[in-house]
Amino acid sequence: MKVKFWGVRGSIPSPGQKTMRYGGNTTCIEIRTDNNELIILDGGTGIFPLAQTLLKELPVKAHIFNTHSHWDHIQGLPFFIPIFIPGNTIYLYGAFDPISGAGPERIMSIQMQYSYFPVREAEMQSRIQYQTVMPGETLSAGSASVTAVLLNHPVINLGYRIECGGKSVFFTGDHEPHYNIYEPGDDGYTEYQTLIEEQWQAIVAAIKDVDVLIADCAYTQQEYPAKKGWGHGTFDSSIRLALAAKAKVLYCTHHEPTRSDDELEKVFAEALSRYTGTAGLPEIRLAREGEGIEI
Amino acid sequence: MAEISATLSDQLAEAVEGMPAFPKSVQRILEIARDINCQPKELVSVIEKDPVMTMKLLRAINSAYYNFPKQITTVNQSLVYMGLNTVKNMALSFAIIGVLPQKNNADFDMQQYLVHSLTTASIARLLCQQQDNKAIDPNDSYLAGLLHDFGKVVFAQFMPLQFREALAMSAEQGIPLHQAEQQIIGTDHSVVGAMLVGKWQFPRPLTEAIRLHHGTIAPENDMLVNLFIANQVSKKLAMGSSGNPVVSRLPMTLAKRFGGNLDDIIVRLGDLSRIVEEAQTFAKIGKEAA
Repeated sequence: MKVKFWGVRGSIPSPGQKTMRYGGNTTCIEIRTDNNELIILDGGTGIFPLAQTLLKELPVKAHIFNTHSHWDHIQGLPFFIPIFIPGNTIYLYGAFDPISGAGPERIMSIQMQYSYFPVREAEMQSRIQYQTVMPGETLSAGSASVTAVLLNHPVINLGYRIECGGKSVFFTGDHEPHYNIYEPGDDGYTEYQTLIEEQWQAIVAAIKDVDVLIADCAYTQQEYPAKKGWGHGTFDSSIRLALAAKAKVLYCTHHEPTRSDDELEKVFAEALSRYTGTAGLPEIRLAREGEGIEI
Repeated sequence: MAEISATLSDQLAEAVEGMPAFPKSVQRILEIARDINCQPKELVSVIEKDPVMTMKLLRAINSAYYNFPKQITTVNQSLVYMGLNTVKNMALSFAIIGVLPQKNNADFDMQQYLVHSLTTASIARLLCQQQDNKAIDPNDSYLAGLLHDFGKVVFAQFMPLQFREALAMSAEQGIPLHQAEQQIIGTDHSVVGAMLVGKWQFPRPLTEAIRLHHGTIAPENDMLVNLFIANQVSKKLAMGSSGNPVVSRLPMTLAKRFGGNLDDIIVRLGDLSRIVEEAQTFAKIGKEAA
């Protein structure tokens, strides 16, 4: 299995001198199975440069898994050129949103309203299929199997575990570890703590022994208190998750848009220094646009 | 007991979709939505006191789209699974429908109904906790109490004239309200309430407890037993009003099991004033909202 990062930035594209090394595009990860089948995790702006490379391998069959419907995970989808080319087949998978009462089809219909985008949804000439995924459900995408896991974000966010040829990758999308909404001593504290622990166990089980964990590390632990409830993890929370799940490699992603490359490396090094000598520590890397690995 | 037709069941379920919630929760949800620093536990405490909001939230979350490993019966569980913002926005979408009118053509007092439902819910939970019964979750008992008379709200909203007649008949003749409903409407609130929660895939023991709360109380059905007793305690102590003047006697089997009559049970429950106060505070129309 091959994994390549096309977008590692959170929230908003951040091009410029200060983000040259790690890249300014928003979330998009390309996965190739051993049979070269194409799986794409999220369609942030990183999907546009990926799309350019696909034009030489038409017809394209792409399985796009959307973690959630926030802009930085969908904004590139109308620019995913293969959707306009007859003969291509695109599958778009995503969660059911209880607020809008719709599944992933709404991601395209909302973005391709004529006032906001010059090409209408009806003009997509590829064969595009939408599939609503339930938490816990396992789907086939070519020779890979993909399991959706419910995580914690302001909108419904599914993490995905991709398994192929005995190797595995897990991508969290955006995820903030659950926290207790009650104070110790409150009536609901113990009950809520039990619920949170159950969820933690379920998430760890879903990620267990994964070869590569790609996780939301938007904030530092110092920044987190001011951002609590915004739906993102920290370097430390993702390292703890990787340790609990015994992941072999952890890629930290969803870099803050205002963080320069130098600052990113600095806060990353600070976080790592807290774990020096920790038993079972995975290999921890910063996700970098353009970097690919084979597992 | 008369069952209801599939068509009527669909119509009622659809009607509940568009049903507004209670004034206090609507007011509080709107305040919470405006306050970026609102405490999530505040949100929980508002939703779990409103039968309409609770019903709609759990209905959406237990829908086939999520297929959670277990059925979700509490607002706290909903928060852990769906996230604070999603639950807040769902509550907001219920709130913006409007408020359930205090006055309806059935002359059914919604404020008193709410006090009755909330106290029944809290007493059912308390009974469960006092029994230290591992077989049922106290939260499920709470939910059974909160929703047991939901059918009456549906009647008041969607067949007010017939329901008014039933209320009057029950009051004048001193017969249980569900019997009057059966005579006039052809079915009763326990059937309608159970139909709705069953249709929306709430846990089966809960559906059964609601369905049978005026039926034969099987002593081995703990959730039903607790709901039945809580309902009678709430009525006997005139905590709000369910529109039903009749307090049922404890069946012999239950009297034996609980070692006494309803009054003995009330004594053992201890001080219920906090439960009543909380319910009254919530049921009161929020004048400060105007």
